[in-house]
Amino acid sequence: MTSSLRRDDPPTDVVAPKAAPSTRPRPRIRPVLLTHLAAALLALLGVVALTFLVGPIEQLRIAKVGYLMLAIAGLQLLVGASGQISLGHGAFMFIGAYATALTVLHAPMVPLAAIMVLTVVVGCLAGIVVGAATARLHGPYLAGATLALAVGLPALALYFSDILGGSNGLLFKMRGAPPELAGLVTDNQWKAWVIWFTVLVALVVLATLSRGRLGRRLRAIRDDEAAAAMAGIPVGRTKVTAFVISAGCGSLAGACEAYLLGTATPSSFSLALSLSLLAALVLGGLGSLWGAFWGALALVYLELAGKELADLLGLSSSVADNVPLVFFGTLLIVIVMAWPMGIHGALSRLSGVVRRR
Amino acid sequence: MSDTPILQIENLSTYYGAVQALRSVSLTVQPGEICAVLGANGSGKTTLLRTISGLQPAAPGSRILVNGEDITGAPAESMVRRGLAHVPEGGGVIVDLTVEENLRLGGLWRADRRDRAQALDEVYELFPPLVERRNQPAASLSGGERQMVAIGRALMARPAVLLLDEPSLGLAPLITQQIMRLLHDLRDRTGLTVVLVEQNAASALSITDHGFVLSQGAVVARGSSAELLADDRMRHAYLGF
Repeated sequence: MTSSLRRDDPPTDVVAPKAAPSTRPRPRIRPVLLTHLAAALLALLGVVALTFLVGPIEQLRIAKVGYLMLAIAGLQLLVGASGQISLGHGAFMFIGAYATALTVLHAPMVPLAAIMVLTVVVGCLAGIVVGAATARLHGPYLAGATLALAVGLPALALYFSDILGGSNGLLFKMRGAPPELAGLVTDNQWKAWVIWFTVLVALVVLATLSRGRLGRRLRAIRDDEAAAAMAGIPVGRTKVTAFVISAGCGSLAGACEAYLLGTATPSSFSLALSLSLLAALVLGGLGSLWGAFWGALALVYLELAGKELADLLGLSSSVADNVPLVFFGTLLIVIVMAWPMGIHGALSRLSGVVRRR
Repeated sequence: MSDTPILQIENLSTYYGAVQALRSVSLTVQPGEICAVLGANGSGKTTLLRTISGLQPAAPGSRILVNGEDITGAPAESMVRRGLAHVPEGGGVIVDLTVEENLRLGGLWRADRRDRAQALDEVYELFPPLVERRNQPAASLSGGERQMVAIGRALMARPAVLLLDEPSLGLAPLITQQIMRLLHDLRDRTGLTVVLVEQNAASALSITDHGFVLSQGAVVARGSSAELLADDRMRHAYLGF
């Protein structure tokens, strides 16, 4: 080992020896991006096909899985990759939904794509404000600060009830399927497609970012803040960046929800939503975007299963309303005890076992 | 230029709350020197390095100069730009990333992509065992290999001063010797200045030019490595008699 070091020539003149060929393949951003785009395209085709096979209510649920997945994926970047905890991501969905509602009501000529971009910008701005204010907070203190956001922000709708519509929220009309496709495609179907398209574009961006420089920096900060700082990584700025991207995702998810339902009400962005998003992330699996998919799926369909179970047992509505929560909570405990890395962790271990056989 | 010390510390004090961890430490390191910071557990060695690199705030009145530039109070992440690289205790290797990703972290702040690639080649040349492990997660490395990654990552920044916190921690004596020899060679080739914190005084003094002995946060002895090896105050600082 030391023999190769005993050289007299300065290192800059050294031609790389056989140990370090300078033509070694480097991970390039482009193939990664291409892979992600191809995967997104496949997923979109799958969703389009799926919407033809199921009824209108199921189509709504598919759309819901889509935008919840985006919100959870944004949280994944924050919690999974950078180790910060936010209990207030429902607040960013609130911002996105109300930004959409206000734009549609006051500037109806603005196209949908522009609204979506606008909500991302608004969400990111909110993320900058919150992120910069909370950048010095760690762990439970950050969680506490974001918790306050989730509790406080929806109350704005009640306070400014003349603009934000009070507890009834804002009601508006969004165009569904384009008239040329009338008869072929239902409104729900079209909206599910639009939402999944938006979500997948955002996920491609998210996946590419977390595979690249930002992802490496975030993981470095999560694992060892001091070592990351000494490597020259601006710790504070990088953390705020993660927060801002995450907030943008939440806001876009809220916009998708508003687009789907044609309403924005404070009660749909309760503290319970914020907590469910985090719980779904843990359930789905921290550390991978797949975790967001499983988490969103669980969030939508476990609630449904819980409701059906309550109906089956003929429970009174005051009990039945809480059954989904109990169901979800129990499953979360079981999953975390049995597979600490969530559904995705369990599945990837399973596939590993199968491959070794 | 040549008589400007590369690292100059004047009257440096550090507090952890009410506890004073460093008491008016002053020391000077000339370019190209390897200097040892020695002392028993809790004597302030790690605190000294952490304060130099901005991870721990220095008390008012302290002054830290790198190549004549006052860096007291500058944020930790700006230190690599000022030519100061710090390998924290235990290495601080990010186990979640691969070997190469870890190394690349050290050069991330450089704008010039070609320069980064060349720095990476140099590090691989310095630590041939890392080449084969390039794409393995750092979690799979042995202790010695992790230390190589940690030092390699610091060298990616092409620092003028390398602060090393106990590189021998948890390593076999043979590996420790290899790392010490490597530092020595590196200095001879590139003129790198090294500040080495060590518990293992004999192995540190075997490659250093001179050293400082800390006891309870104050410098109690300084001198050339040969002098220190024979000095009673060394024994006193370590063994307390």
